[in-house]
Amino acid sequence: MNVRNDPIFGIHGYALALRSQRMQVLASNLANADTPGFKARDLDFEQLLSGESGSPLPLAVSRATHIATGAEGGLGAEAKYRVPLQPSLDGNTVDAQMDQARFAENALSYQVSLTLVNSRLDGLLTAITGNA
Amino acid sequence: MGLLKIFDVAGSAMAAQSMRLNITASNLANADSVSGDPRKVYRARHPVFAVQAFDRDQGDTSTGVRMLGVVESRGAPAVRYEPNNPLADAQGRIYASSVNSVEEMANMLSASRSYQSSLAVLETSRDLILRTLSLGR
Repeated sequence: MNVRNDPIFGIHGYALALRSQRMQVLASNLANADTPGFKARDLDFEQLLSGESGSPLPLAVSRATHIATGAEGGLGAEAKYRVPLQPSLDGNTVDAQMDQARFAENALSYQVSLTLVNSRLDGLLTAITGNA
Repeated sequence: MGLLKIFDVAGSAMAAQSMRLNITASNLANADSVSGDPRKVYRARHPVFAVQAFDRDQGDTSTGVRMLGVVESRGAPAVRYEPNNPLADAQGRIYASSVNSVEEMANMLSASRSYQSSLAVLETSRDLILRTLSLGR
């Protein structure tokens, strides 16, 4: 079954997984706002959702020590480093305000997907039980 | 579940920031302490943070904070001539701690803000997990 286009939940199941993964990346950025040398990362949500991520010619991973690229490496391999607006002296590239805004936006989008999945479930339950 | 790992990440950040607040409190408390021996005078302490990776196998997306240790400032203690001070050495000098109060206040504000933002992350994730659990009810 294609996770990106489920017959019942459409794209929202996959979107929820992506959103929760992105929350994790953004939470790590915020946690490390004061860690010297930490490089902020982010997931490109639109690109991952459309399935156009990864290189068209992924590298083969034949041993455990190889660095995974593309789909085999999970979403972790898709986390990109961010270009800082204001580089700081200690090498940290986290912009706490930007990350807080992104975190809030991502949490809201998570709730949107959750609401859509929920209403789909409601519709299915109505269809199964036969009383609205 | 991905969201549950945020508790580890935000928790480690809150632990590190509260440790930093603790150290800042010691520094501020000892800002005016003096000694008759330049080697025994209180020196400002600062925590050193580093990245803590939780799961390397899953592509390493969640990283927390850990404290590598505490470093003592190597700044020279201020020397004052106070022959009436009971702690003064044979030359009538006392040595004051090298704590910079302004720097410590800024440090305190920064730690408190970072703690707050980690707490907000924790609360948001908790709400979302609870909503996800009540799916379909």
